[in-house]
Amino acid sequence: MAIITLNEVRETNNMIQHENLDVRTITMGINLMDCMTDDVDRLCDNIYSKITRLAKDLVSVGNEIGLEFGVPIVNKRVSVTPIAIVGSSACKTKEDFVKIAKTLDRAAKTVGVNFIGGYSALVMKGITAADRLLIESIPLALSQTDYVCSSISVGSSKVGINMDAVRMMGDIVKKTAEITKDQDSIGCAKLVVFCNPADDNPFMAGAFHGVIEGDAVLNVGVSGPGVVKTAVEKVRGENFEVLCETIKKTAFKVTRIGQLVGKEASRRLGIPFGILDLSLAPTPAIGDSIADILQGMGLERVGAPGTTAALAILNDQVKKGGVMASSYVGGLSGAFIPVSEDASMAEAAEMGALTLEKLEAMTCVCSVGLDMIAIPGDTKASTIAGIIADEMAIGMINQKTTAVRVIPVIGKGVGDHAEFGGLLGDAPIMPVNTYACDEFVDRGGRIPAPIHSFKN
Amino acid sequence: MQKTIVTIEGKDTIGIIAKVCTYFADNGINILEITQTTSEDNLYMMMVVDTGKYAGTFRDLTDGLNAVGKEIGCSVRAQHEEIFDMMHRI
Repeated sequence: MAIITLNEVRETNNMIQHENLDVRTITMGINLMDCMTDDVDRLCDNIYSKITRLAKDLVSVGNEIGLEFGVPIVNKRVSVTPIAIVGSSACKTKEDFVKIAKTLDRAAKTVGVNFIGGYSALVMKGITAADRLLIESIPLALSQTDYVCSSISVGSSKVGINMDAVRMMGDIVKKTAEITKDQDSIGCAKLVVFCNPADDNPFMAGAFHGVIEGDAVLNVGVSGPGVVKTAVEKVRGENFEVLCETIKKTAFKVTRIGQLVGKEASRRLGIPFGILDLSLAPTPAIGDSIADILQGMGLERVGAPGTTAALAILNDQVKKGGVMASSYVGGLSGAFIPVSEDASMAEAAEMGALTLEKLEAMTCVCSVGLDMIAIPGDTKASTIAGIIADEMAIGMINQKTTAVRVIPVIGKGVGDHAEFGGLLGDAPIMPVNTYACDEFVDRGGRIPAPIHSFKN
Repeated sequence: MQKTIVTIEGKDTIGIIAKVCTYFADNGINILEITQTTSEDNLYMMMVVDTGKYAGTFRDLTDGLNAVGKEIGCSVRAQHEEIFDMMHRI
């Protein structure tokens, strides 16, 4: 192999030092099926010991690899089998499920990870008694833990949308907001509603270890919006062919770092490498923004006409470049468009360039969905259910993952700001259409599975 | 052999190579290749070294190089070669 050149070394290090290139997360998926028992205390003991045994070296190995390759590995996380299944035999009350949530939180703190995902239920078609208890326990569980993340899957392209679950989640989002209102309703930042969820997603708040997965697996999420932004700015004024080639090549390079880190972590921890998630994930840091890439492509502000097309290009080229760079691609793999976690996205929302409706359109062409959007605290639960139903329908019909993570900030309205802090950032409260949809979402039952032919 | 890439970046002054090379010699690290570029007063240098016989941990190496960096007023980074191979070679 030809020896590496000075310019190549310089390019890589520029990306790391000046363009925020990092590996966003190494997430260890842990199967908790073998912890199941009918006694909740014994179940909690089993869960705690399995997580702390398998993930005990996750953080130190992540840091070690980061040091040796000179690339930051920002987050180390754990995802587990959906807890509604794990607790189905032992949990007789909401409080029993909260006990598990606290156990997960304690395990996360012991191993030193900063989030643990999988406080989840898969209710795309039907809801078991345990599913219902877990869903009802979410507000309490998220208010009494620091690191636990919850996701509820309410629809899929195969089976349709469980509208009973959608309606329930409207209430649960609202209750979670109420119970955490002292911190700008931050509980909702740890709660996602999915259609077509990914079993191997390494990103929070939606990560869980799918039931089709093995005993333990390492999934890696790469990042690098800053690198793509710099590359795009260098081809300002060039045609679409040049633009697309540039994004593709950049995505390839960024993804290779994730592949290296994933394989190396897998070797050192003795846990199989699962997938690399190609998602471009922004942070509130300056220059680490998806909105900046879209604006670099020629939009005055994200949200302007052309935004959906620009995002479609970005998403598709990132996949084209990334797929060849990794042996296994999975998870969500697209561009994330959270509002509060992306400073330029929040700025565009603030000035009115970006609306909730435009964001909804954007979710048709990228992963994942309506993400980290602060809405007025007096938004009705039925309206939140309507927002969820719309987003789930986009996922169901287009056979893609979609999600909703909205935060009705209690006590605040349009013109105010929500401040979540850290990676979660802050955002203006965005207006929501106030016309009612109660009669629609209160019907109950399921939306049937869609037809998979006659595509138009 | 464990190839490590060491990069030195900063203001060009007398004795940079001497100081860094002395550190390598004292620690059993063999230099395989040196390339550098200067523009005006700024230096960007890359050294390919073999850390296979180095007795300390990687953390010791980066701490040691940081100390040398402080002395010569440059930033000195050490990274395993694989990160560059992965990114730039198919």
